[in-house]
Amino acid sequence: MFIEIKKLTKLYNDYLAVNEIDFQIDKNKTVGLLGPNGCGKTTTIGMMLGLVTPTGGEILIESKNINSFKRDEILKRFNFASPYIELPKKLTVKQNLEIYGRLYGIQSLENRIDEISSDLDIKSFFKRKTGELSSGQKNRVSLAKSLINKPEILLLDEPTASLDPDIGDFIRSYIHEYKEKNKVTILLASHNMNEVERLCDSIIMMRKGKIVDKGTCAELIKKHGRNNLEETFLKLARSNDEF
Amino acid sequence: MNFSKIYALGLRHLYLIMNSFPRVLDLIYWPTVQIFLWGFISKFFTLNSEYYSNTVGVILTAAILYDFLFRASISFNMMFLEEIWSRNFTNLFIAPIKIREIIAALTLTAIVRTLIGLVPAVLIAIPLFGVSVLKLGIPLIFLLISLYLFGITLGLLVTSGLLRYGPSFENIAWASLFFLAPLGCIYYPIEILPASLQIIAKALPLVHIFEEMRSILINNSVNYFNILKSISISIVYFSLGVIVFYISYFGAKKRGTLINMGE
Repeated sequence: MFIEIKKLTKLYNDYLAVNEIDFQIDKNKTVGLLGPNGCGKTTTIGMMLGLVTPTGGEILIESKNINSFKRDEILKRFNFASPYIELPKKLTVKQNLEIYGRLYGIQSLENRIDEISSDLDIKSFFKRKTGELSSGQKNRVSLAKSLINKPEILLLDEPTASLDPDIGDFIRSYIHEYKEKNKVTILLASHNMNEVERLCDSIIMMRKGKIVDKGTCAELIKKHGRNNLEETFLKLARSNDEF
Repeated sequence: MNFSKIYALGLRHLYLIMNSFPRVLDLIYWPTVQIFLWGFISKFFTLNSEYYSNTVGVILTAAILYDFLFRASISFNMMFLEEIWSRNFTNLFIAPIKIREIIAALTLTAIVRTLIGLVPAVLIAIPLFGVSVLKLGIPLIFLLISLYLFGITLGLLVTSGLLRYGPSFENIAWASLFFLAPLGCIYYPIEILPASLQIIAKALPLVHIFEEMRSILINNSVNYFNILKSISISIVYFSLGVIVFYISYFGAKKRGTLINMGE
């Protein structure tokens, strides 16, 4: 197993944000992390990225506890994109990619920037300041930053939130194409069920800090007797039962 | 330490300065205003004070050195705040860069930011008031090292507060240096302070730095032991600053504040 999460728990004072969750992700698979707001998705991602110290449990990468790796060694295998974090606004797109390329220790950085910016169609605004871009453009730049190091593990937090359908579709198509061509394991937190159905090999449903169900989209829809993933999500999010 | 990563983080802040002329102007403006203000005050004192009558520029030199300390500390704070304001904080802390490399990058880049602001002001003081800090000679280098280390220490303590309490701690960043200024004996000898405060003041490097500066300019005598003492005290505070920063970082990870640090 490539990634194993065992009894992972996060307690903030008396608030249990993540409650003994267990899941695994196979190498080069894409897993969707679904659940209503405040269910613990971001905290789970934060713990995987080393931004949040778990209260209990462990995160294993290739059967090794994540804490046994050196911080810079493990983080260069990861990357993360979210519309809720941004790149320095006063730096140009190219400067931002250059800085992050250097921080991730990328060899042949110019070539990598050239390659990723062609793929994501961001070259036309390379010299513009990142803060002056539209949200769709910012989103593509953020995705470019998250792929600059060709991460083995890519964590995406609502990568198409607040985008128009056209740009949203572009991003989804790009991620789909990228994961087909590259060896990457993705954990995708999203509220967009079409996106999850299109990109994910399996999904994990969370509610109130706990995993309430997991499986492939088809399995979950069938198991809960619903017509689609959205209806399944609503059932799981509103129910108090565990499955 | 990976110097290419330290360089990368430094480059991020240099690009920020280079991309904005108003930012460069802002860096130069305040030290220059300070020099003008203290230059005229200094001129008045040298004409009307017995204590300063024989030594032109003691106050102005003190003002320049104090501004160096102030700029070093503010530069360190500002670079950290920039990451919060630009909502880049999470990106930085998930990059494969060690915490000590982040501290090193901010420390080394702060000197560039400080010098951009201060060098023009120092150069202006030479023809305008006939005062040059270079008159302090070789000891100037050691006094600046001590001041810089202490300025960075204050920066480390403020950024630790930002990690601990979030952006609301920002106001403390601006006020931090003024807390210590009265005890630093920047413009007056330590004897002016009440005896109880003198004990506290002596535990700070500032007193030793500014006492030594006055001794060089007024008495033409250098006491390297005092300079060494000020550097040693600064190193102790700097080490404590680094420890406090690490404690705050691990505390922030426990509280989960690194993931949603923003405006």
